[in-house]
Amino acid sequence: MTDVAASDALPKPKRDLLPVLLPVMLALAMAPLIGSGSSWVTLTVASFAMGMMIFIMASGLTLVFGLMDVLNFGHGAFIAVGAYIATLVLLPLATWVQADSLMLNLAVLAPAALAAMAVSGALGLVVERVLIFPVYGQHLKQILMTTGGLIVAEQALYALWGPQIIPLPLPTSLRGSFILGDVAISKYRLLAMLVGLAVFFSIQLVLNRTKIGLLIRAGVENREMVEALGYRIRRLFLGVFMTGSALAGLGGIMWALYREQVHASMGNDLTVLVFIVVIIGGLGSIGGCFIGALLVAMVANYGGFLVPKLALVSNILLMVAILMWRPRGLYAVTSR
Amino acid sequence: MSDLLTLSGVHTHIGRYHILHGVELAVPEGQTTMLLGRNGAGKTTTLRTIMGLWPASSGQITFRGQRIEQRATPDIARLGVGYVPESMAVFSDLTVKENLILAARDGPLDDTRLEWIFGFFPALKRFWLSRAGSLSGGQKQMLSIARAVVEPRKLLLIDEPTKGLAPAIIVALIECFAEIKRRGATILLVEQNFYVARQIGDAVLVMDNGRIVHRGDMADLAQDTPLQERLLGLSLEAHQ
Repeated sequence: MTDVAASDALPKPKRDLLPVLLPVMLALAMAPLIGSGSSWVTLTVASFAMGMMIFIMASGLTLVFGLMDVLNFGHGAFIAVGAYIATLVLLPLATWVQADSLMLNLAVLAPAALAAMAVSGALGLVVERVLIFPVYGQHLKQILMTTGGLIVAEQALYALWGPQIIPLPLPTSLRGSFILGDVAISKYRLLAMLVGLAVFFSIQLVLNRTKIGLLIRAGVENREMVEALGYRIRRLFLGVFMTGSALAGLGGIMWALYREQVHASMGNDLTVLVFIVVIIGGLGSIGGCFIGALLVAMVANYGGFLVPKLALVSNILLMVAILMWRPRGLYAVTSR
Repeated sequence: MSDLLTLSGVHTHIGRYHILHGVELAVPEGQTTMLLGRNGAGKTTTLRTIMGLWPASSGQITFRGQRIEQRATPDIARLGVGYVPESMAVFSDLTVKENLILAARDGPLDDTRLEWIFGFFPALKRFWLSRAGSLSGGQKQMLSIARAVVEPRKLLLIDEPTKGLAPAIIVALIECFAEIKRRGATILLVEQNFYVARQIGDAVLVMDNGRIVHRGDMADLAQDTPLQERLLGLSLEAHQ
């Protein structure tokens, strides 16, 4: 391949770093209000961990909208299904979950996560073919179909598992915290951060370093031209939809372990949250979704600590503030 | 000389609007055929219908002996048809290099062919790692054309490539199209600039109200001012 040096003759596009700095500025601004250094660190770490879990759940949704122009109000169903599938692995192997051995705990967690992703991804295949495919390009019908799909999925979970909340205890070695001076950092939150960062960097790697990633980025911008270059974008749509569904399933098991419970309406409950994150981030933007998830989690945690009553509406207030500043979200990548 | 592409009785509807009314045309292999006509005559719709971007409501489109009017756009592209839309449609978030990597569907970029392209469009070499969105209009047009020829194509459909471009860039494009033709490609080119059309066209088709109303040699039309005025509402002198 020809290796041609980049020219500096063109004006370099300005890097828009302000959204990236927002979480940092918010965290620093909260430090004097919270007062205690250890509380601030604990809240910040909790925000980061919660943000990573929300990011995992929302990343698929933003890709699906950006590339496919599909408003999938049923995304929460994949989250709930992922969590329920995890119970099929974790509950029968409760002795491994409760064993005081990191290896045994991970030996049961890993297949549970893989099963959650596989089943959610496979469900994504069915949903794309049956519900989404007939209504491409028709937003109103997409909303009706996917909202209906979410209701059907939720009722199916009630029918299969019953209405009760299913407790899902954390594996023993992920309980408790690492103590650093006055600061306690939850082990599970640390794991959530690592998984979230791994997902984020994996997506970035695929989008920026592979031809599939180039196709996705190009497809977000102009699907028609990608087809005119000879690429069958429908297959790409399906792959992205399945990946997004699988990521939602992974987010589902992580959220269920975070809350230590599973219930059929969890997907419905989380749908609004992930949509807020995707809208704040800019429809179709993975980087925006990452920052949006962090901001939502930070506002929820700091707000809950400082003004508990405000926590109920903090996400909406954040979204309003961001959209007044940038009406198309932090990083707008599509012309839609 | 055989025809590479033929359209026979092609009708196209966009929503409730009937745009093409039985288009009949043939594009001879190895030639540059100009598709001229007033705004709204149906030129862009004709190219998009050939490319499968808007489906033909009826009629036949034949490319190298194969019927393609029912085929999907990617399949038509894979038969060896390159498309340069009027909007250029470069992927602005991708670099020049990434745009060309994507266009090279069959494998890695060919160094020799790249150097050939850089010969016409040196700006693409200079801005190789720059985002396409930061290029000027003329450079985006160069990239759009480079994307269509980065691999050999049998037929190029090019929609108003000189629109809004500076004269120096138009000269480079004219040279580029002549060289592409010398390498054996067939070109169907929509153009409003009659001066450009005369420079590069072998054959000419004129459209009006969704129909082909004139077909012949470009040289003949270029010499017939009354015919130009009747068909296009203008004359070559107005473009000189």
